[in-house]
Amino acid sequence: MAWFKKTHKPMAASTKVKASRVPEGLWVKCPDCSQVIYNKDLTTNLNVCPKCAHHFRIGAAERLRTLFDDGIWVECDKGLVSTDPLQFTDTKPYKARLQASIESTGLKDAIIVASGRIDGIRAIVAAMEYAFIGGSMGVVVGEKIARAIERAVDERVPVVIVCCSGGARMMEGALSLMQMVKVCGALARLDLARLPYISVLTDPTTGGVTASFAMLGDLNIAEPKALIGFAGPRVIEQTIRQKLPEGFQRSEFLLDKGMIDLVIDRREMKAVIATALRFMGAGQADAVPPPPGRELVAAGRDDGSPKSHA
Amino acid sequence: MAPETLEFEEPIAAVLREIDALNQLPPTDARDRQIEALQRRIQTVRAALYASLTPWQRVLVARHPARPSLEDFVKLLFTGFVEIHGDRRFADDHAIMTGFAEYKGQPVLLVGHVKGGDTKEKIYRNFGYARPEGYRKALRAMRLAEKFGRPIIIFVDTPAAYPGIESEERGVAEAIAVNLREMMVLDTSIVVLVSGEGGSGGALGIAVGDRVLMQEFAIYSVIPPEGCAAILWRDASKKIDAAEALKLTAPDLLKAGIIDEIVPEPVGGAHTDPAAAARLMDDVLERVLGEVTSLDRETRLRLRYEKFRGMGKIGIDFVDAE
Ligand SMILES: [Zn+2]
Repeated sequence: MAWFKKTHKPMAASTKVKASRVPEGLWVKCPDCSQVIYNKDLTTNLNVCPKCAHHFRIGAAERLRTLFDDGIWVECDKGLVSTDPLQFTDTKPYKARLQASIESTGLKDAIIVASGRIDGIRAIVAAMEYAFIGGSMGVVVGEKIARAIERAVDERVPVVIVCCSGGARMMEGALSLMQMVKVCGALARLDLARLPYISVLTDPTTGGVTASFAMLGDLNIAEPKALIGFAGPRVIEQTIRQKLPEGFQRSEFLLDKGMIDLVIDRREMKAVIATALRFMGAGQADAVPPPPGRELVAAGRDDGSPKSHA
Repeated sequence: MAPETLEFEEPIAAVLREIDALNQLPPTDARDRQIEALQRRIQTVRAALYASLTPWQRVLVARHPARPSLEDFVKLLFTGFVEIHGDRRFADDHAIMTGFAEYKGQPVLLVGHVKGGDTKEKIYRNFGYARPEGYRKALRAMRLAEKFGRPIIIFVDTPAAYPGIESEERGVAEAIAVNLREMMVLDTSIVVLVSGEGGSGGALGIAVGDRVLMQEFAIYSVIPPEGCAAILWRDASKKIDAAEALKLTAPDLLKAGIIDEIVPEPVGGAHTDPAAAARLMDDVLERVLGEVTSLDRETRLRLRYEKFRGMGKIGIDFVDAE
């Protein structure tokens, strides 16, 4: 067994199952600064290069460990599994791809939803798993996120979604596309219930995930240098027939363009989220009833926008 | 000159060429009878072809350059159209058109993609590829309809949101996402008509409503078949297989519960007879608009939520293994 493996740069919007996670050797070479790092040191540093702060991609369970107090959480809707609604086959059956991903990740689809505490504050966190068909959103991911948000409304707790996805899952066709609406509708209800939603954008966040819940956080927080965009860089290059500028669609670019609120190092992420949640009144929320006269049936908005008198 | 024929319409094109040849001859009764017979044959051939279109053939029909667009339907179905422009933030996007008009004497808001007819118009309309401003303009106009309690009718026909640098810089993803969230709670009736290409997020960004109708030969897909083939088959020429696999036709989408109803088209597709296509649309639209506007607001919003919330529901598209 090799004690040393090369890591690969993450591929944008790839459907490859084997993505660039931290390899399993004892030593890891940082793709950014070439520093050779002892694997254990990397793990204790939340998979951030101690020398140059390169953020290695991490899986959904590892993500939850970085956020929940004492690494403790209760998983929700664990058993949901896709039935391959289109009976889709490309070069191989989607069912086989699903099965392979289920076996290699130990998950049933590309997301873990869990409830636990972030610095003492009760919260529901949904973390996407890139190793599961590129973190793509099909009916199961959409359903689990929608349920997570509805659960948050019921329990009056905040929602955090950690995005890591190539976008909608092609193999579930337009049903995948509709998950964008489904989740955004649930977020509209969370808005009406005045509960916090924090979107954490990690490498990569593209396509239908970006064009739905990823961009709708009360705060949109990105990890450094994450690829974040709607169209994939290759599609854009083909359209405009020129090379894209360095840093295009990276977190810092989006920050500069005003599309995200802040870029935060993974090692600071939990503390920043906790501070933000406190600002948003979470933690006391258990005790605070919803503002009077507010109903979940979304009859008009309460943001000062015009209302119908019809 | 007859409308441009598609590659699979070669049997029709062959007859059209015969007619053209006959037209070169001096007019006689015999010639005219022959032409008439050939024209009847075209009807027969067309009906046979269109009775069993493959998904890829439907893609070609949905993208037909002469397919009636929002601009045509504005003339055929509505009166007194007044276009309104701009997102009041950055610019006026020409790939999405908004404005008010009257439908059966009732004021309505019209929103929709426009691809443009001739080359000059196509460039002006950016071939129907909307930039962020288009989605923001649409929402601004829809808020106007909400404020004054007017129904919204939306025509969806786009290859995709514009995949360019400026789209990303100005947050096309955010613009679409905000529309999805806001349209789910927009307090007025919304009827969506997928009338051509329902190109993924670029279509969806204005395609949330109380009813989603789809013209018979329109398509609606998470990704264009060419893109899907390039990614999954690693071979763009597998677009025909991809079109098959993606289940992007109106009957497929009706079965999946993504659309509510199919709007029939004239034999041979809407482009062969736009006026007839508009009449067929009119029948469905009038009824559906009546149904939606007669609901009280809370019921309408609840049903809209439940409709999209149910997409991919238990027992059909996923199971809960525990
Ligand atoms: Zn490094």
